[in-house]
Amino acid sequence: MNFDFTEEQIMVRDSVARFIQDDYSFDGRQGIAASEEGISREVWGTFAELGWLSIPFAEEHGGFGGGAVDVMLVMEQLGKGLVLEPYLATVLLFGGLLQEGGNAELQGEYIPKIIDGSCLGAFAYLERQSRYAMADVKTTATAKGDGYVLNGEKVVVFNGSNADHVIVSARTSGEQCDESGISLFLLPMDAAGLEKISYRMMDGQRVANLTLQDVAVPGGNLVGELDGGFKLIESVVVEANMALAAEALGIMEQLNSKTLEYTKTRKQFGVAIGSFQALQHRMVDTFMAYEQTKSLLYRAVCALTDEEEDAATAVHALKVMVDRAGKLIYGEAIQLHGGMGLTDELDIGHFAKRLMMINTTFGNGDYHQAQFNALRYN
Amino acid sequence: MDTSFTPEDLAFRDEVRAFIAQAYDEELQARLASSEPQVFKQAVIDWQKRLHDKGWVAPNWPVEYGGTGWNATQQFIYDSERAAAGVRDTVPFGLKMVAPVLYTFGTEEQKKRFLPSILASDEWWCQGYSEPGSGSDLASLKTKAVVDGDDYIVTGAKIWTTYAQFADWIFCLVRTNSEGKKQQGITFLLIDMKSPGIKVNPIVSIDNHHSLNEVEFNDVRVPMANRIGEQDKGWTYAKALLAHERTSIAEVADTKRKLAQVRDYAAQEVGGGAPLSADPAFQARLSDIDIELMALEFTELRVLASVASGGAPGAESSLLKIKGTELQQAVQLLLMEVAAYYQGVLPNDLSADQLGHEFGSKARQAFMYGRAATVYGGSNEVQKNIIAKAVLGL
Repeated sequence: MNFDFTEEQIMVRDSVARFIQDDYSFDGRQGIAASEEGISREVWGTFAELGWLSIPFAEEHGGFGGGAVDVMLVMEQLGKGLVLEPYLATVLLFGGLLQEGGNAELQGEYIPKIIDGSCLGAFAYLERQSRYAMADVKTTATAKGDGYVLNGEKVVVFNGSNADHVIVSARTSGEQCDESGISLFLLPMDAAGLEKISYRMMDGQRVANLTLQDVAVPGGNLVGELDGGFKLIESVVVEANMALAAEALGIMEQLNSKTLEYTKTRKQFGVAIGSFQALQHRMVDTFMAYEQTKSLLYRAVCALTDEEEDAATAVHALKVMVDRAGKLIYGEAIQLHGGMGLTDELDIGHFAKRLMMINTTFGNGDYHQAQFNALRYN
Repeated sequence: MDTSFTPEDLAFRDEVRAFIAQAYDEELQARLASSEPQVFKQAVIDWQKRLHDKGWVAPNWPVEYGGTGWNATQQFIYDSERAAAGVRDTVPFGLKMVAPVLYTFGTEEQKKRFLPSILASDEWWCQGYSEPGSGSDLASLKTKAVVDGDDYIVTGAKIWTTYAQFADWIFCLVRTNSEGKKQQGITFLLIDMKSPGIKVNPIVSIDNHHSLNEVEFNDVRVPMANRIGEQDKGWTYAKALLAHERTSIAEVADTKRKLAQVRDYAAQEVGGGAPLSADPAFQARLSDIDIELMALEFTELRVLASVASGGAPGAESSLLKIKGTELQQAVQLLLMEVAAYYQGVLPNDLSADQLGHEFGSKARQAFMYGRAATVYGGSNEVQKNIIAKAVLGL
């Protein structure tokens, strides 16, 4: 039993950390967020050059062949930098679905382009009515000739505004909320009949709503099995949730250390406010919440690495913890920064908003607790 | 990063299971559950002797003194299996508290005199730290030891002394110097409970049970040979063992088993036709605890792994203590609620059949005495002070 990282893992982690430290300042990040695209192509190019876009992909496609530990280490650092570039949407979701369910032809065509930075991807799973129920799919795909025709609408598609290609979940059989009968299709964003409306979220990311009107897709663009898309989604989302939790951990670390630093320098009543026991105990609470989150993250990563049966349960537990600890930590960070915590100028509120988005992505704490209970107690 | 078990680990796990199945027999379990104090005491000693015969009674000791030499994984496996089988942990005062002080700071003679009898459970120890006027502010203690020839004369009182009524020996912090900082001037003494001038006064706790005591010292003569290390330096020795104490107070594996029991009991409680275990509100409370516990189990593993690779349990042990005791109490409270009306039943001689219920009275006893966990070993508020200072640098 050990919690050590390999030399290779430490190298990757440190190179991402160095990039954030030296080349991804908070002011620079705010500039990118305010720009037309909301992401930096230059930064994305650097990610490609340094090999970070190749991490979860198999070596046969030019990937690094990394596992859950590698993804965790990268995401934790990206969290510390509040990185806007679409690592989750492109590499882990779009890429993850292809890696796990794509046919050889799709993998051969798109994975190398993800790795070299020339293809930005997205995964369109959400609909107006579906909240956290990913099986609630009204969008339809009807067989026509050798292919399918898609009709419907997808909302809050991460990276939807910048993506070159998108994987869309659509119903090929069954009722609106059935888990079976969902299929996944890869489309170019410029497909005829595909319209998008782009907008911004509070954490700076760009998303889009997509409307699909008689969009024709060749049969070869089916990702995974016909009617069996939900299993594939579940499997990719379990890993994505772990990755989001790692990103959240990086954010929590920043919020805690910045808050601690502030209470050591901010003086009131003639002393540093960190000398007050009422504040000290609250910072101990946030420290413990961080450590407990880290422990569950390690637990989930070990379960995913060893392909343990209860890996999904561990990830549900992790997302519950991220939700609870996240709310405690950003709440205290804002409160202990006083009036400054309310300013847009300070990074604290931006870390808070990213944590809030992470907590609503693929289910909030209550949702994951219900899933956890169902798997563990019923 | 790897937490999977090797074939050797799995073989060890089987060995632990087999040993417990054979040695922790029903006859022993019945005696351990006895409300007759001397029967209970002898049962505890007998169990610890069986562990000693197997060589497993002191996993935390160095091998040269009789420790097991287990690595972090083996320690984890042993503790998990022990707790999963419902086997009580060893009484900590001798094996986990005074023994590390003895083998770290004691003289050769002291080690020879005391360690074998601790290992064999031939002598029962208790802890003389807290005083009526010194709780969380332990270093303010006033029990006085004055040099008289080759002896100290000890005067004062210790309080909350668990199982003092069973003890052959007590390890004590006493004041030998009132000048300078309060942490200086404290001396660590080993005192024979049969010494003239010692009086044990029982304290009945809110679980209607007697395990706590006040111990009075009226001019008690203690040979200087029973002093650990130097006079006035006792705080240093005492502090070294506090981290060990806090780590063992967490009882993560035991809480895990107790939570599983709560679930089983909740499945038997059927009110209005549906088992309590299926109630979403109950499940949410259960998983609130379950999830924190899953995390704490890995926090403990992280501490174990870092200790195994040369670190000492430091401020992390305070985190384990705080979270561990909070979760113990959360589980105790949940079981009380599962017991509904029967949580109020006082201890009695009725059978479960006559009473109509099995665990209510025991649940309340555990809950009531369980309040102690966030107080002893340094209250949780003091633990937060420790983390604020040692980890956060405040």
